[in-house]
Amino acid sequence: MRKIWHNVFPVLVVVTAIMVLWYAFSVVLNKNWAYDKSTRGGYELSFSELVADTWTQKKPHLPTPDQIVVEIWKTTVEKKVTSVRSLVRHGWITLSATLLGFVFGTCFGIILAVGIVYNKAMNNSVMPWVIASQTIPILALAPMIILLLNAGGITGIVPKASIAAYLSFFPVVVGMVKGLRSPEAMMVDQIHTWSANKMQTFWKLRLPSSVPYLFPSLKVGIAASLVGAIVAELTLSQDGGLGARILQANYVGATMLIWSALIVAAALAATLVALMGLADRIVSKRMGFSR
Amino acid sequence: MTYVFMAILVWGVGWGINIAISRRKSSRWASPISAVIFGITFIAMWELIGTGLEVSPIILPLPSAIGPTFVNSLPIMWADFVQTFVKSALSGFAMGCGGAFLVSLAIDRSDFLQRGLLPVGNFVAALPIIGMAPIMVMWFGFDWQSKAAVVVIMVFFPMLVNTVKGLQASEVMQRDLMRTYAAGYWKTLFYLRLPAAAPFIFNGLKICTTLALIGAIVAEFFGSPTVGMGFRISTGAGRFELDLVWAEIVVAAIAGSAFYGLVVLIERAATFWHPSIRK
Repeated sequence: MRKIWHNVFPVLVVVTAIMVLWYAFSVVLNKNWAYDKSTRGGYELSFSELVADTWTQKKPHLPTPDQIVVEIWKTTVEKKVTSVRSLVRHGWITLSATLLGFVFGTCFGIILAVGIVYNKAMNNSVMPWVIASQTIPILALAPMIILLLNAGGITGIVPKASIAAYLSFFPVVVGMVKGLRSPEAMMVDQIHTWSANKMQTFWKLRLPSSVPYLFPSLKVGIAASLVGAIVAELTLSQDGGLGARILQANYVGATMLIWSALIVAAALAATLVALMGLADRIVSKRMGFSR
Repeated sequence: MTYVFMAILVWGVGWGINIAISRRKSSRWASPISAVIFGITFIAMWELIGTGLEVSPIILPLPSAIGPTFVNSLPIMWADFVQTFVKSALSGFAMGCGGAFLVSLAIDRSDFLQRGLLPVGNFVAALPIIGMAPIMVMWFGFDWQSKAAVVVIMVFFPMLVNTVKGLQASEVMQRDLMRTYAAGYWKTLFYLRLPAAAPFIFNGLKICTTLALIGAIVAEFFGSPTVGMGFRISTGAGRFELDLVWAEIVVAAIAGSAFYGLVVLIERAATFWHPSIRK
């Protein structure tokens, strides 16, 4: 108990500090509009009135956390899921594209990593491009890829999922290649003396020892595929989704909508990464890797 | 169909050469050469299959169409490059990484702040921060300042987490040794802890180069002046000027790789003593 407190208390302090700063900033950023109203109305604002006004505006530059929570409550719990304004609906659209893309990206990444580890020609020719492609801004390709797939008659969830897959694929390849190569020469020799063939070496030695490398990549990958799905929705905004919601809100200057969609996206990301972390713990405990 | 067969032939030849190279005794150049052959094979197949199946240039322009567009629209490309890369990405990168570095020096002195800020930093680093772009556009206007702000937020936390990790990299024994030399905080920092942290700091910088360019480009999808790489890509894709868009992507790829390469070069010069670089 004491140990948990030792770790949690500083985080609480930092989060509280962020909240205090947030409220302070929303006064600073929203005060111009408050002063505008008061000069037009011809009355003076005392400091407490100013603060009260900046924290309750309809279209603030920076909404306060409590305003955002109320807005999220209104657009998730109080709205029907089928409504176009329901963040649950948009969140689900984004989540389904993210998960589909993540599964595809991970499978493809693992297959490619196996190819790279077992085929030297592939290692020499493909691996440098995998690494180089991490240095180029892949997300810039998103509108193009969507356009290409649309022209090919592929619409709906697949274009979004392919961007998400594309983004989650690279961390998985890099992590898996490292992981599949992680058994030391001594271990490989050992299993060789047991006259294991290539398949057995793969299933009984290389694949199990890659697991501690796979999960950190999966954590990065699922966060990346969420970003990919959101950016893809900017181009495919007619289908809905959190990214589309942010873009539409941006056109009409509805800051509350942007913030609530953002916070939902952040919560989604945090949940997905936390689930991956949980899966990591369970699997590594059962496999005997646990710390 | 002949073109498609030629493409398959090209693929076979390229693959054959690569296998032959990999079977030979490994030399220093084996890997770069096969990477180049793979790249050339890929572009040749793109060209041949595109011609063979008569893919409409509206859908997928051929490399032979992208090349001339690239050369012809160099002035536009240059203006976009300056707007997006130099003004937005570089300034945001410098501010974000510099700020994160200073903050991590500050929180390094307090164990409490470390335990508080690191989980928050790790959390924020996983968030889809790119969604902050419309808000930054609202606060800082359409020009490069808002894009730089997005870049600052994107690079800040990865850099912070890496630098803090790096500052913890020196061992207790080494720090004790510095203490027996009567070195104070600053001397220990400059002669022991910063050099020990350098590999981690450079790792953070390398991650941030990619993030900076992505942030600057995607932020332009949310509103920008009529110049910039992200602007050109989103409007070009809307107007089906795909050869221009592909040329812009080539610029982005070159700029991104060059930026990354530059950081790697600096890293090699600065951490020449590290086992991963020392040969």
